[in-house]
Amino acid sequence: MSFLSKDRIIAPPGYSRWLIPPAALCVHLCIGEAYAFSVFNLPMTKLLGITQSLPDDWKLTDLGWIFSTGIFMLGVSAAIFGRWVEEGGPRKAMFTAALCWGGGFVIAAIGVYIHNIWVIYFGYGFVGGIGLGLGYISPVSTLIKWFPDRPGMATGMAIMGFGGAAFIASPLSVWLMGVYTTPSHIGVAETFLTLGAIYFVFMMVGAVIVRVPAPGWKPEGWTAPAQPKKLITTKNVFVYEALKTPQFWLIWWVLCLNVTAGIGVLGQASAMSQEMFPGRVTAVAAAGFVGLMSLFNMAGRFFWASTSDYLGRRNTYFVFFALGAVLYAFVPYTGSIGSVALFVSFYAVIFSMYGGGFSTVPAYLRDMFGTRYVGAIHGLLLTAWSMAGIFGPVLVNYIRQWNVDHGVPAAQAYNTTMYVMAVLLVIGFICDYFVQAVDARHHMTKEADALSAAD
Amino acid sequence: MAGNQQQGSGNGVKLLLAWAFVGIPLTWGVIQTCINALKLFQ
Repeated sequence: MSFLSKDRIIAPPGYSRWLIPPAALCVHLCIGEAYAFSVFNLPMTKLLGITQSLPDDWKLTDLGWIFSTGIFMLGVSAAIFGRWVEEGGPRKAMFTAALCWGGGFVIAAIGVYIHNIWVIYFGYGFVGGIGLGLGYISPVSTLIKWFPDRPGMATGMAIMGFGGAAFIASPLSVWLMGVYTTPSHIGVAETFLTLGAIYFVFMMVGAVIVRVPAPGWKPEGWTAPAQPKKLITTKNVFVYEALKTPQFWLIWWVLCLNVTAGIGVLGQASAMSQEMFPGRVTAVAAAGFVGLMSLFNMAGRFFWASTSDYLGRRNTYFVFFALGAVLYAFVPYTGSIGSVALFVSFYAVIFSMYGGGFSTVPAYLRDMFGTRYVGAIHGLLLTAWSMAGIFGPVLVNYIRQWNVDHGVPAAQAYNTTMYVMAVLLVIGFICDYFVQAVDARHHMTKEADALSAAD
Repeated sequence: MAGNQQQGSGNGVKLLLAWAFVGIPLTWGVIQTCINALKLFQ
């Protein structure tokens, strides 16, 4: 299909590179819906009973696997198809992502209609999860190639969209379910079908807009620095060669530890705020706290990635780990003095850095391994996210439960967790410290580079 | 010269449409979340 081929999307002269961020946002604002999937959980436990769950209705534990499968497949598909995405071009990848993501919703709707949870695991989790992975990495290297002067800011914009997507998806899904629900029927299947159609169209707009720069294109008035910086390479490293470098694994741990420290607490933010400040933070206020943290998570994705263009990628992570460790270590203190304002302020900064960790990493990889295979290498690195998605919540939940079982008051049950998170961030700091420039023996030869560019 | 001007205004319209297409829903979502977040301070 020539419409999708990389040759067909080379930008003509005069094409504005500022069209690429909205193209990327078209994709990320759709796939980030995954973060809002929990709005379907309760309605899906009453599909048969309508007003209350019947014995044959699904349990929350069954439904939890839908999101987990999706996030797991995000990491797996990004790792497996990263090279294909890089070599096939962004339009082909975005089109496939739109098909998988929209199609996943349609299959999930069938699963709801026939009340078979395995069909939903397959539709939303497996097929949709592949769409998540392809969609997440597809615009990244394109943005980096269009914005060689500000790669952090460019990828920050796209990945900010992923963080902000739930803001749209959550109220939209609730509204759609309200429209389709009748006294004898809960409109989850219809909502899935509608969302699938909306997301497919929205993502296709991104696929139509996206272009790759012509060979040798540079931003007007910008010249590559004559003296390259020590930690910013001008060479390229082949995707699988990157796996043989210590830098890849150090950055893998940097991402994994940064995400682990945030993701578990994010899932427990509502309960934690209420338990640490009993009587002062109500359930309604706690929901407000979660919303505020999500805003800082989204804003941090843009702010920190943009800042990293000036501060340097390694230094930015130094800030995340050093400041994050100090803030986590002092969170129990905010509880002991009963300061909700301080507690909220600390977490606002922590969650901005959690989001910043996601958005700064593509530019970090570009600095280390060059632009040629950065999307594919980013895909491989996302396995760190999958791992953190398991470790983070397990750490937070189990440590809290262990404390409660051993007689620690609920208000102090999270203290150990906070100290563990601080230690994880210190380990992340050490990993970041050891990141040095990639050894020249890993760089692609001029011939291989030219050959791969011609593909 | 006239061609360049036409290209510039064409790009401007495309940019406006593209950013509005993603900006409007995102702004709506952020406003909804801000309203929700305000409950923390009530």
